[in-house]
Amino acid sequence: MTTATAANGFTDAAFESFLETRSAEPDWLTTIRREAWQAFSEMDWPARNDEEWMRTDIRMFHLDKFALPTEPATAPELAPGLLTHDVELGGTLVSYNSSATEDSLIGELASKGVLFGSLDRLVVEHGDLLRPFFERQVVNRTHDKFAALHAACWSGGTLLYVPKGVAISQPLHGMSAMGDSGVDLSKTLVILEEGAEATMLSETASTSPNGGGLHCGSIELIVEPEAHLRYVNLQNWSTSVWHFAHQRATVDRNASLQWTIGALGSKLAKVNQQVALTGPDANAQVNGVMFTEGRQHLSYNTHQHHMAPYCRSDLLYKSALQDRSRTVWRGMIKVDLAAQRTDAYQRNDNLMLAPTARADSIPGLEIEADDVRCTHGSTSGRVDEPQVFYAMSRGYTRTEAIRLIVAGFFQQVFDRITIESVRNALGDAIASRVQDLDQQAAPEVQG
Amino acid sequence: MSETLKITDLHVAVEGKPILRGVNLTINRGETHALMGPNGSGKSTLGNAIMGHPSYDVTGGTIEINGQDIMEWDASERARAGIFMAFQRPMSIPGVKMADFLRHAATNVRNPERKEGEDLIPMREFRKELKEKMSQLRMDVEFARRYVNDGFSGGEMKRAEILQMAMLRPKFAILDETDSGLDVDAVKLASQSIAEIGGAEMGILIITHHDKLLDYNAPDFTHVMLGGKIVETGGVELAQELYTQGYDRIRAAYPEEAALEEELAEETATA
Ligand SMILES: Nc1ncnc2c1ncn2[C@@H]1O[C@H](COP(=O)(O)OP(=O)(O)O)[C@@H](O)[C@H]1O
Ligand SMILES: [Mg+2]
Repeated sequence: MTTATAANGFTDAAFESFLETRSAEPDWLTTIRREAWQAFSEMDWPARNDEEWMRTDIRMFHLDKFALPTEPATAPELAPGLLTHDVELGGTLVSYNSSATEDSLIGELASKGVLFGSLDRLVVEHGDLLRPFFERQVVNRTHDKFAALHAACWSGGTLLYVPKGVAISQPLHGMSAMGDSGVDLSKTLVILEEGAEATMLSETASTSPNGGGLHCGSIELIVEPEAHLRYVNLQNWSTSVWHFAHQRATVDRNASLQWTIGALGSKLAKVNQQVALTGPDANAQVNGVMFTEGRQHLSYNTHQHHMAPYCRSDLLYKSALQDRSRTVWRGMIKVDLAAQRTDAYQRNDNLMLAPTARADSIPGLEIEADDVRCTHGSTSGRVDEPQVFYAMSRGYTRTEAIRLIVAGFFQQVFDRITIESVRNALGDAIASRVQDLDQQAAPEVQG
Repeated sequence: MSETLKITDLHVAVEGKPILRGVNLTINRGETHALMGPNGSGKSTLGNAIMGHPSYDVTGGTIEINGQDIMEWDASERARAGIFMAFQRPMSIPGVKMADFLRHAATNVRNPERKEGEDLIPMREFRKELKEKMSQLRMDVEFARRYVNDGFSGGEMKRAEILQMAMLRPKFAILDETDSGLDVDAVKLASQSIAEIGGAEMGILIITHHDKLLDYNAPDFTHVMLGGKIVETGGVELAQELYTQGYDRIRAAYPEEAALEEELAEETATA
């Protein structure tokens, strides 16, 4: 169980031998890695007085308990993904402990010039094509020590590249799995060239129900003018995994992005999710569905950055919290001076399923343009007892009634998600997690 | 053999305040009972106590179905035993479609032994039945796709309660001011529908201030509640007297209960 705890985790020597295993990579990428490693070595871990980290305690996180991922001897049999039920896929990538174990794309898409699959492989095969997208640095490689660690040491990961004008109807699917004490440093890069259209479904899973591990990853979504991307990522690690992620999308002129994130797993998650609207009339919809239990701590920093005029962004995050779990949402809408006629919205609703759970909601606006419409809101509340009684008076058991009310709570965000398999998967996963909540229930009136 | 809902010497308190002070009432399946009384006399409290609302503390007495004491049963178990209440103020459940809500409810009520997670009534069969019932009640099909009572008008909510009763086919139904908020035509339709749904098979307790809901459901018994007690029981002629002449005679005849009623009303006003 503890064999993966290599003695000399993330040392200079380990990094050098990691680079040796990647000698096929183009030089420009090695340079990026070395620079990031340098930055990583010089940076401190985030401190509790950093505003971004004030509510998220990582003193129990010790990087030296983990090691740079190596090729797995054999990947175990993996359970099928949650997002792909009844879906005809255009391609599949499965990875285990940050290296690809299954990598496929249907011929019809390959012949149109679509690239999909292992980023490890594709960055070697198509280095010149991918170089400018890496150099754009969609996610800031030195945002913090985690970003730098990832930029230096990423491995595995997924690429979706859709050439100009190509529209894909079959979703592409990526599954990242992790074994006990595993490490996943995968990077996701999605590039839709001008006028392209695609749907990508990503999810994570742990192979053992209580297996620990570390994910330190990034997602970069590049949506060029007139392109349309639907992207889903479901974080479903075991509740013992550390999850650190930087995720950013750029959406250009007349392009649209529907980005849905689901978060069910991890012990502690710290996610920076940013959407930048870089060209006029760009449109971004962000949907977040979170369900936490036990002592999980999920912290999300969301950022809607309006850089160009006439863009819309609409963010809705909903979480339900059980036991002693906790969520933190800090949302920021930033509107540059150039981004006149911005229409931006952000909202976070929390449903407290136990009095011991806690949700912090901190919306924020930073607006330099003067002709904009920006609105935000947040709510937190318990399950409404009169609603529970009403459903019970129609024959629902108490647990069924609470499940029903929780499902109704999430319906508002499900109503926005246009992919049926994703709605169903999230709905089912949440329903199965709502416990028998009898003791939270004891109506207060019986005093 | 006739089935019976029997309430004996029922005492109920809300937030420590005694509201019902010894109610006796026996309803056989197939009978229609009207329950009348001034506002605040405890009619809704009686209904909620029968349904098993946790805010209503039963401090004495019994509620039985066919001789079986149901005091320890929660609302879900009572619903499955065939008790239904159309509420004076139904709750909304945002995000839950009427049709989905009712499919699960009907499945549970029709198979009282169903375990959580077991199959629901087949979708097709259920949809067909729901459509039929909705057209009987002249409800738009779109209704089934709306969220339970969410943004419904007062009249829509009351019709939705009747629809639920039609789908759940209870043995005993309490209709709490199901006519308020409805216009004259809608009350007439509601009254007709209640009769069609099975006035003859159900034991019904109709709480009302008016006569229209009783048009197609002539009460076999009329009860008058005052100050938390049923003070008088008569036939259909008593209901007629009350909605034409009010409660002056009753108050004069039962000064003790009338005084209690006033006390309650004052407490409510100053609370
Ligand atoms: N949920 C409740 N919380 C507090 N007081 C209540 C509640 N329900 C009823 N009451 C009180 O009980 C008394 C009877 O009310 P109710 O049963 O609603 O009368 P009716 O239905 O005959 O108008 C009133 O004084 C009312 O204020
Ligand atoms: Mg009432």
